[in-house]
Amino acid sequence: MSSETATMTVANAPSHRASRLDRFLMQGGIVITFLVVAVVATALIEPRFLNRLNLLNVMRNFALLLIPSLAQMLVMTAGGFDLSVGAVVAATSVVTAAVMLVGNGYFPGMELAVIIASLVIALGVGALVGLVNAGLVSAFSLSPFMVTLAMMSVLMGIALYFTQGIPIYGVTDSFVANVGRGQFLGLPIVLWAALGVLAACIVMQRFTALGRHIYAVGSDQRSARLSGVATGRTLIAAYMLAGLLAALTGYLMTSRLGSGQSTIGGTLALETIAAAVIGGVSLRGGVGRAELVALAALFLSVIANAMNLVQVDSRYQTLVLGAVLIIALAIERLLLRKRQS
Amino acid sequence: MLEVTGFTKRFRGIAALDNVDFSLNEGEVHALLGENGAGKSTLINLIAGTFPWAEGVYRINGRTITSLTPQVAQEIGIAAVFQEFSLVPDLTVVENIFLGREQSSGLFLKRKQMRQAAAELLDSLGFHLPLDEKVAFLSRAQKQMVEIAKALRMRPKVLILDEPTASLTDGEAEKLFNAIALLKARGVGIIYVSHRMSEIRNLSDRVTVLRGGKKIGTVVTAEISDEGLIEMMVGRPVEQLFPKIDHKPGAVRLEVRDLTTEKHSVISASFTARAGEVVGLAGLVGCGRSELCRAVFGLETVEAGTITLGDKPVERPTPTSMLAANVCYFPADRGSEGLALARPARENATMSSLDLPELSSGPLLKFWRENEAIRAPLGNLALRPMAPERKASAFSGGNQQKLMLARGLMKPFDVYLFDEPTVGIDVGAKADVYNLIKSLVEAGASVVVSTSELPELINLASRVYVMHEGKVVAELAQHELSEAQVLSHYFGGRA
Repeated sequence: MSSETATMTVANAPSHRASRLDRFLMQGGIVITFLVVAVVATALIEPRFLNRLNLLNVMRNFALLLIPSLAQMLVMTAGGFDLSVGAVVAATSVVTAAVMLVGNGYFPGMELAVIIASLVIALGVGALVGLVNAGLVSAFSLSPFMVTLAMMSVLMGIALYFTQGIPIYGVTDSFVANVGRGQFLGLPIVLWAALGVLAACIVMQRFTALGRHIYAVGSDQRSARLSGVATGRTLIAAYMLAGLLAALTGYLMTSRLGSGQSTIGGTLALETIAAAVIGGVSLRGGVGRAELVALAALFLSVIANAMNLVQVDSRYQTLVLGAVLIIALAIERLLLRKRQS
Repeated sequence: MLEVTGFTKRFRGIAALDNVDFSLNEGEVHALLGENGAGKSTLINLIAGTFPWAEGVYRINGRTITSLTPQVAQEIGIAAVFQEFSLVPDLTVVENIFLGREQSSGLFLKRKQMRQAAAELLDSLGFHLPLDEKVAFLSRAQKQMVEIAKALRMRPKVLILDEPTASLTDGEAEKLFNAIALLKARGVGIIYVSHRMSEIRNLSDRVTVLRGGKKIGTVVTAEISDEGLIEMMVGRPVEQLFPKIDHKPGAVRLEVRDLTTEKHSVISASFTARAGEVVGLAGLVGCGRSELCRAVFGLETVEAGTITLGDKPVERPTPTSMLAANVCYFPADRGSEGLALARPARENATMSSLDLPELSSGPLLKFWRENEAIRAPLGNLALRPMAPERKASAFSGGNQQKLMLARGLMKPFDVYLFDEPTVGIDVGAKADVYNLIKSLVEAGASVVVSTSELPELINLASRVYVMHEGKVVAELAQHELSEAQVLSHYFGGRA
């Protein structure tokens, strides 16, 4: 800190330039660099990457990673973890498909109403899960890690029991055609949805009291409470929003897959935490910005796509994801440590 | 304006506050004085609503209040600045000042207005702070200023200040005093907790003295002497603060020759410490005296120079080898270097003596002996409360210091290194520490004290080394010791 003031007052040219580089690195430069390197390298190694259909595919995958990653970010900046995010996606996928199957049976010809009803019910399930998570975390001071881990197990159990592991077909066709495969202005509908969520998250974080309170609670809960922040309510808001976003992901995934599946989302907890952390979200809470998480999610989506294009066996893909996560975090830490010294 | 009567609070059956009355008038500065553990913190925490009181009546502006939370307290106009800050490290100065009281229009924050209001508030207090810097990057003094500004954003009627100058420089403290005068003129009542007699004398209208959770008395500041206040506080006359130490310098126990640390915080420093004497290290904060002690104990990397214990040279000092060689070091930063705050007092006291045959055989601890072994050291230090199973973090500052000191009493050491032994502790605990030093020296140990408190050196040491910018610039014998003499060397000798 004293060195920082020193560089500010002493207008020394090289150190000034270094501090501007530091600033760039601090404010997401690392993620941007990762992303650019990944895109350029993939395009050079495999020109099919730039194929229109492939790019649309990357965008859909990106969208379906971005929304739960933002959910993860909300909970992590509030000082917690949400390991149940993948299980909520699976459960709400099952719920969406089941509501459509039953709804179309009872109310034939009212497709739009059924599609909306299934969204509302799925979101309700997500919000309820978030409320229970937050309630347990704040009322009993339980560790978010354990609460959401247990919640994940419970939800997966329910979804598996309900479906016996068999996909639920009977999802409305127009839902699949217009949402899952639909496009608007040449871009996938799911991408628009994800960008809308991203914009809302940015506004919430920067321009609302709730956003500020989430940072405060995650950074130092005791101080936040002493300052008059309703910490319990803030936690509930963060976890419920995360539940809503996870539910939206499950809904959109159902539209993409054309069926409700209880087995999806198994690796989502890891992937969303990876995106959040590479995007600069602190594991200790209080730090994290939606736009950087989006860049990190895009980075991970590009890597996954590159592996598919060069036909890396799917069994090795999780290995690569883990390695990328460790390398990215190590580089980030090294650069930041250099800045501090 | 504010009046509490018969306030009582117990923690696990131990009365931290016992039937205390306190009142505050508009535009008054009412000082609270007492040793650590006397109940000052408890009283201000009850007034600020941090936790509920067990018995007593709380009245403000004629209204009786039955229960209070920090939020409600803020709403009725009671703001508190505690030693432990309520700042959020990852938010900026402006964001912290308005945390929990954000101004919004509809859903959106009025960011410009809040920034403007924060700038004006800080300006009116004369505090210059970077508005958009994260609080984590501020110095402790700057954080203190943010905390004070934050307390004032609500225009409180009662302001509680808990040792507000503990981390401020004189210039910064001056600004704070001006701000206090300003608030006083506006009719704000201020409860002021401090250990510094001069501040209490200059600022306060009345003083309430607490001891052992009980109220000793409330007096008008102008009508009582400093000595009288100290006597009320410690319950004994002030001359007894510094014990007469009978120095009997014997064999050289520790000899440091031309020691230079890798970071050049100490440059070619030499000193000797003999058995049966107290050697003082004086100098400004940052002059290298702390680093010198740390280097001897193996906590700083030594680049050049020799350290000799008795007649045995020490090759590479490490804390483990130095402890084994009967050298004991008490760090200045109790929280981060000295104590395991989450562990009980008992474990903290025995932490560095578990290898004694009394406490272990091989890898197995004789845990049943532990309570026996700590009874005498903790008793001698008068730990308050005497609760060895309490977490270290639950003790007050002075008593945490005693836990640290207890470690050095588990077995006799040859050399004791004290780094700022009395920083942030009250007069009573100080006297306990001085008496401990006396008994160690008179038992034949060699004691090195590094401190920024000159009176300590002058009254305790038999010789003093003065350091400046990493070098030892003077050695003064006991008959040469006076504040003026020592100070004249503070800036390199020719100041």
